[in-house]
This record gives sequence, structure tokens and C-alpha cells, in this order.
Amino acid sequence: MRLVILDDYDLASEWAAKYIRNRIVQFKPSADRFFTLGLPTGSTPYGCYQKLIEYYRHGDISFKYVKTFNMDEYVGLPRAHPESYHSYMWNNFFKHIDIDPANAHILDGNAQNLEEECQAYEQKIAEAGGIELFVGGIGPDGHIAFNEPGSSLVSRTRVKTLAKDTIVANARFFGNDLSKVPTMALTVGVGTVMDAKEVMILITGAHKAFALYKAIEEGVNHMWTVSAFQQHPRTIFVCDEDATLELRVKTVKYFKAANLHIYLYMLSIRLALA
Amino acid sequence: MPSNKSVSDAPITQFINCRILRDNELQREDLWVREGRILDPEKLFFDEQGYADKRVDCGGSIIAPGFIDVQINGGYGIDFSQASEDVSDGVSFVAKKILEHGVTSFCPTLVTSPPEVYHKVLPQVKVHDGGPHGAGVLGFHLEGPFISAEKKGAHPEKYLRTFKSGGLEHLMEVYGSLDDVAIVTLAPELPGSQSVVRELSQRGITVSLGHSAADLSQAEEAVQQGASFITHLFNAMLPFHHRDPGIVGLLTSDRIPAGRVVYYGMIADGIHTNPAALRIAHRAHPSGLVLVTDAITAMGLPPGRHTLGQQVIEIQGLHAYVAGTKTLSGSIATMDMCVRHFKQVSGCSVQEALEAASLHPAQLLGISPKKGKLDYGSDADLVLLDEGLNVKATYISGEEETGPPVPLYMIDMSGF
Repeated sequence: MRLVILDDYDLASEWAAKYIRNRIVQFKPSADRFFTLGLPTGSTPYGCYQKLIEYYRHGDISFKYVKTFNMDEYVGLPRAHPESYHSYMWNNFFKHIDIDPANAHILDGNAQNLEEECQAYEQKIAEAGGIELFVGGIGPDGHIAFNEPGSSLVSRTRVKTLAKDTIVANARFFGNDLSKVPTMALTVGVGTVMDAKEVMILITGAHKAFALYKAIEEGVNHMWTVSAFQQHPRTIFVCDEDATLELRVKTVKYFKAANLHIYLYMLSIRLALA
Repeated sequence: MPSNKSVSDAPITQFINCRILRDNELQREDLWVREGRILDPEKLFFDEQGYADKRVDCGGSIIAPGFIDVQINGGYGIDFSQASEDVSDGVSFVAKKILEHGVTSFCPTLVTSPPEVYHKVLPQVKVHDGGPHGAGVLGFHLEGPFISAEKKGAHPEKYLRTFKSGGLEHLMEVYGSLDDVAIVTLAPELPGSQSVVRELSQRGITVSLGHSAADLSQAEEAVQQGASFITHLFNAMLPFHHRDPGIVGLLTSDRIPAGRVVYYGMIADGIHTNPAALRIAHRAHPSGLVLVTDAITAMGLPPGRHTLGQQVIEIQGLHAYVAGTKTLSGSIATMDMCVRHFKQVSGCSVQEALEAASLHPAQLLGISPKKGKLDYGSDADLVLLDEGLNVKATYISGEEETGPPVPLYMIDMSGF
């Protein structure tokens, strides 16, 4: 894996957004060859979305030939509800960019048949040629998307019951009323995300530090589902200093040095080409 | 990119780079319009996978719901109270011109007149939507003749009337028809008013108290019977007195039925009301304030003598008097001037100033949220304004009807 450590949330958001931007631009997407991007929701990626919007407004990137697949959506929450993930994506991303609505995919938590909806979603991903880059976050309980502790590490898109930790963490979006938080969600599976060519996990804040520790310094374990990405060939963890608080000093020093080498190497190439 | 055809073929316009008045605040949001109504872009995106056909860059403008003028007697040489053969043309002419002031709907107002005038004029103009032809007509505002002689203002005394027994039937004799009438101004102290107020209200006509010497309890009684508006507060009524506030006391009365609001018209032209009085009213009851122009024939015309109803009036600068007297006969300010002036002297927010000319009149007439708001589904009657609340463009049903306003002919605009 690659562990990229930035000083604070803003810098981490910027780094991640630049990475996404560069990947899309270098891919040179076109009408016959779309760039498929997996997307998260929540407070962690918010800064990253803001930056991507900025780059779009500046003309540095277009989403015209980008297909997006969100990770999850609540079950039973009206789509127009301000806390639905549809609302989140519309308000924080889609309405500000030039993506074709037909290419923005989000699971429908109000579908008549939830299982069919999940299967259809897997199908859509396959038809799109798989995901180039899947961006995700991590819950305080180490989950990726809504793959709660105990989820199979080879799971596919399905209906999940939310863990207590997750419900409590989300209560702040529902007026701190636990009874108003949805208890079920549709989510891509751990296996679904593992199928992506590349995975980028955003982790910021001290409250995520323990989960990061469990995910990368301990073994692969279905109780901390993000740990599955230790077995993915191309994963980047982007975090701020606070998120590294539970890691060993040796780990942090190693990756900071590694990133510096990568940076200097890229710089030398650029200077050589100039 | 063409819009998706799943729900409608009609083109979609997206107003970008603007601040819109929504939910009582100015929000930095785009405004989407289809088929003359405000569209929900999130629904469009997810349900129809649709997008805009046309983008209008507003250059940072403010977009407010189109202004609604519920008291306007004419303008540009047209006098609505004149019984002519082409009243309809006259109303249409003014309707077109006032688009420049940001007004997208209005109530042509008739001052006290003899029955012949009502019988001739009323049938010629129907309630209709606005469009390229001009602002929409919401219905007549009949100011009189059932008003107080003592408080007639510029109205001709010989045509004043009192209620005869038989209430509404008598009204029908005088007016001829109430079909396209939105507001009736009357004096509630006239005997027999109670049943008239009640019956008019039940018919869905807004009853307004004005040109009256009523005391507070008479006014409250009328409100209980259904009256909901005060015609040009402070003017043509008893002045506020601390032991009997009169009609003005309705602003803070505790005898208004629950769930009802009493609205009050203010002519914020800097002449009809002293700024301090305007502030007192605004602070006492901000959500009831409705800006009206009470504009007369001479609005838009050069100084001199002109005809209003059955009388002659004289323009001197920004003042309009009954010829030969110092009695104000109406104003020649435009709605956008009133909005700017109101904001300036009351110190209110941009949002409050705009709501006083759009949301509140719509609520008064019971046509909100279709008019007076920029909610999803509301009519796309819009006015684009710059930072100083000057009109840049006016749209009706999403179509641009007019660019920047032509300056008022030969009238000094300084101070507005």
C-alpha cells in the first residue's frame, strides 16, 4: 500500500482531489472510453469534493466522460430527504459539475426489490468495464462503505443492517435522534471494491486513528473490513496527522520518507524532461 | 446537451451565477425553469436524468420573485378610472411599462367613481396571466366609493356612498360585477359594513380598510368579519393616538383571529409617509408590510396637470397634488424605487425589502406560493436586480420580457 500523510484535513483533501484529477486527465477519457470512479459520502470526502469542483470551475478537469458509482445509500429514506446520499451527492458535487446525469449511479434505497437493485448495480459496474479508481472512507469501527464488522471480505453489493456504532455516528445528521436514523442500507461489498483497479481510502481525524491502526498494522480481519485492502495490489491511504496517532512511529516515518522519495523522483523526471 | 424527454419536451433554462431569494434568505443557488415554472433540479437529475438546454449567466445578480403591486391607479397617461372604450388597451399599456420596474402582476385600481364608470370599466378587463404583452392582472382593486367623507383624500365627494340594506346586492348594483375584483377598500364605520365585509370575504375578495375614521374596535370588528388589509397605512385614516390607536392599532392588536395576518400597504416614496413613521410600522409588524405604489396617471409623465378619476391633479417634482391644494393625490414613484427607498430608510435586509414587494402581497391575495416565491412549482415570474436593487431584467413564466428600464421621463431620480 501507499500511505500518504498530510499535515491537516485541508491538505489531505487537496492531495486526494489532485490525485483524482490527475488520474482522470492522464486517462484521457472519451465517448468510447469512460473513466469509472467509485465515490463515498460523509464529512471526510467533503473537502475533496470542494476541491474537485474548484478544479472543474478552473477548467482543469471535465466530468463529461466520467461514470460514477456511489458506495451506498440508506434504505427507506425518501430520496429528497436532506440526509439521503442522493441529496448529499447532488448538493455537494453533481450540481456543480458537468457530469451527464445518466452516468451518475447511486443505489436506490427505495427500490421495490432491494436484492434485484443490488444485483443490477453489480451488473452496471460490470457493463461499465469495472471501476478504475474507487474512493472510499473508513468508519470508526473500521468499516468500508456499510460493510460493518463481520461482513464477508468477498461480499458483493447487498442489503446490510447498520451497526450500533454507525447509527450513533450518523445520529448527528438526524438531529441527534437515534430513532430517526435509518437502520438498513444498500452497500457495495468488500469484494466489489476489491475488484477496482485502484483504491484510495481517505482517513482524517483523531477519532479514526484507531481504525486506521487496525486496518493497516494488524492482520486482515472481517471485524475491520478496511483491512481487506492489504491484499489489493494498488491501494493508497490518504490521511492527516491526527489519523496517524495510533500508528507506530516507525510506520509513519517510513511512509513519510517513501513519499518524499516519490516526490523527488517525480520532480527529477520533470526537470530532466524540461 | 438536450434535455431528457421522459417527462416533458419543453426546454429547460438554468440561471447561473446568481443569488436567489428563497426560504427568507438570499442563497447562492442556480434557478431552473421549465414551462413557466420553477423546476427542482435534483428531481430533474435523478428522475429524468435531464439537464439544462439553455444557461443564462446572471453576472452575480439577485433574482427575486416578480414584484406585485396591489394598488396602482394608472400611469404613462393612462387612468384606469376613466370610462373609455379602450380600458383594456390602457391597462395593457401600463402592464407592459411596469415590467421595467420589476412588476410582474398587479391590481388595476379604481378610485371612487359613479356606477356608470364601474359598469363600463370592470367588464373590459379580466384576470389574466402576464406574458410578453405585460404584467399579469390579478383583479381590480376597488378603492371606494364606500368610504368616509371625512377621510376622502383625493376622492370626489359627490360619488361617495353608504351601504344600503341588502349589503352585497347593493354593492353589485354599484359595481355591476365582482367577478374580476381582487380587493375592495371600504370604511368599516359605515353602518351595515359588517355583513358586506363578511360576504365579500366569503367570496374570496380581499377586504381592505381605508379612507376611514374608524376607531380600533371598529377596525378589529371588521378584521374579525374577514378584512385582512389596510389601504396605505397612515394616509386617509385617523392618526395614531395612544388611547385609541385607530386602524393603525391593528398592527399590534391582540384581537386578530388566530392564524390570520393583517397586512398593510405602505407607499414608500419618501413623501406619503415620513421615514420615522415607516420605521415604526415596520418594526411593529414587519411580516405584514406590503409595498404599494398607489401610482397615478402621471407616473412616467413630465410635470404638469393631468386627470385622475373625476379630478385634475398637478405634478410638482416628485409630488402629485389635487390641483390647487396641498392634498396628496397619489404617488408617481415606481415599485423598484419604493423597494430601494424602503430598504434605505428602514435599514432592513435586502431579503425583507424584496419580500415586502413580492411575498407579502402574494400572501395577502392568497396566491402564494404560486406567486411571490421561488419555490419548486412556483410561477417563474422573476426580477433580476443588481446590488443596489435596480432592475436589470424582468421575466414572466421564465421568458425575458424586458431589459434595463428606460429612465422616467424628466423626473429627477436622485435620492432613490
